[in-house]
Amino acid sequence: MKTDLSNPVLMKEIKLRFRSPKSFVGILFYLAAMSLFVIGFMYIMTQDSSSGGYLDPGQSYMLFTLLTYIQLVLVLFITPGLTAGSISSEREKQTLNMLLTTSQSSFQIIIGKLLSSIAFLILMLVSSLPLYSVVFLYGGVSPKQLLLFMFYFLLTTIAIGSLGVMFSTLIQKTIISMIATYGSVLSLLAVTGFLSIFFASLNQGGVSPAAYLFAAINPAVLTASLLAPDSGDFLHGMTGLRWPVWLTYLLFYLALTAAAVFVSVKSLRVNMARGK
Amino acid sequence: MIETRNLTKSYGTFQALQDLNLEIGEGSVFGFVGANGAGKSTTFSILATLLPPTSGDAFVGGHSVRTSPAEVRKLIGYMPDFFGVYDQLKTEEYLDFYAASYGIPAGSRKVLIGQLLDLVNLAEKRDAYVDSLSRGMKQRLCLARSLIHDPKVLILDEPASGLDPRARVEMREIMKRLKEMDKTILISSHILPELAEMCDEIGVIDRGRLLARQPVRDIHSMMKGDRVITVKLNGPPAAAASFFEERPFVSALRRDDETGEVTFSFSGSQSDQEELLAAAAASPLGIRSFSEEETDLEDVFLSLTKGGGV
Repeated sequence: MKTDLSNPVLMKEIKLRFRSPKSFVGILFYLAAMSLFVIGFMYIMTQDSSSGGYLDPGQSYMLFTLLTYIQLVLVLFITPGLTAGSISSEREKQTLNMLLTTSQSSFQIIIGKLLSSIAFLILMLVSSLPLYSVVFLYGGVSPKQLLLFMFYFLLTTIAIGSLGVMFSTLIQKTIISMIATYGSVLSLLAVTGFLSIFFASLNQGGVSPAAYLFAAINPAVLTASLLAPDSGDFLHGMTGLRWPVWLTYLLFYLALTAAAVFVSVKSLRVNMARGK
Repeated sequence: MIETRNLTKSYGTFQALQDLNLEIGEGSVFGFVGANGAGKSTTFSILATLLPPTSGDAFVGGHSVRTSPAEVRKLIGYMPDFFGVYDQLKTEEYLDFYAASYGIPAGSRKVLIGQLLDLVNLAEKRDAYVDSLSRGMKQRLCLARSLIHDPKVLILDEPASGLDPRARVEMREIMKRLKEMDKTILISSHILPELAEMCDEIGVIDRGRLLARQPVRDIHSMMKGDRVITVKLNGPPAAAASFFEERPFVSALRRDDETGEVTFSFSGSQSDQEELLAAAAASPLGIRSFSEEETDLEDVFLSLTKGGGV
């Protein structure tokens, strides 16, 4: 465990990423855009004379919902960009072979790459927490709910990040690895949605585990179910099942992470015994 | 220390390496010469556990690259022929990263890095960004990196390629120091004289086959014993021919009456040669010029190893 904590790749990557001002400027622009959005939202809502100059809990919850969807889009579309080049860019810069001849284990290298790549996104999410907390001023959202969303984002980021690292290990070129990772994210969003509706329509009114599964692993569906607890009834009506969506999502994304990390670790170094 | 047994690597029908059998003793420096694509880098990549052999096996310190690559990695320092650096790191941070990668405790890294930078003459560049270093400096930094875990074996793929003459001399000096440190070194180049200066033994590889291997001292002694001297004369060379023929160390004398030249092999030392030429110049033979033919190292090497097969 001690060796994992002092992961050399992780330390080096973090040093490199936060050495240039680029990363900080990126966070600045992100927070500026989010702030403008929050202030704009509050301004428009409080302009309405019936509001009495403050947000009611319903409006506050709406702001929370909007912010959550913005952050979800951020997680889904920035994570592939941060991770899909992690190994392949070392290959392209001709630094990978030297890294592979060190005595670091493949697991250490992969975990170091994964954590360092998503560290930036986690920093973005954490730095946006004060903005989020504006909703506490007006009520409607509990801190527990906010923490739940942070955990959900973290899980999704790690899972998609693992996919990015896996493609980056398997595929020689960063650009193709990027396409594969973005393709997977789009599949998780759109293809699962389509398949869920497809299987549900095959089983009109009956119980359809396939329809349920495809819906439950869709990040947009989980977000909706967390934001609006009564959406579970909708899913129940569609698939005939009332299993907790979050549990299915949690298990699926944990399994996805484990599988992607396993494949990455196994394929990072060539199998010397293979003899081909 | 290093051994390969029938090491073979093929890509489809292309044979990059065929039945390479090699044994390199501890503390010796073995040079691999061959054209680009001859199989040098393939051999090195297999020894560095980066490429699986098609058949056969290679051993470093008794550990097979096939069955215990992790053990092999601990023993070797590998410098690839083409490599990149992490631009935004400083020289010290660069080495610190690799030191950490080999599990060297943080407390002892600073001193170690200082020693290595001294060894490769980069001490004053400790705080410079790696990106700002010249090519020769980067090569030396990469060499320092390959030494960071004090490996017993160094695998250096064309460490002097693309360097200017001065940088080459520096690289050679470092090699000498490494040799003194008792490292077993496997080094490649496509320039034979460069290798002859720092190796104990040289092997010629061509199209995946080891054509010949020979201790460097044999090549050197042959070169020293076989100096060829040509004397140009103003008049007929007959008198000069008999003058040189009677001298010691002279053999295989040839006389060309048309061009007025006498050519012979001379096996004496440098001072014997000076004496001979001084005596000849003092005698009334009508000598226009002396010249020593350049002995081509590669010719000597190929003639030594004529018939191939090791």
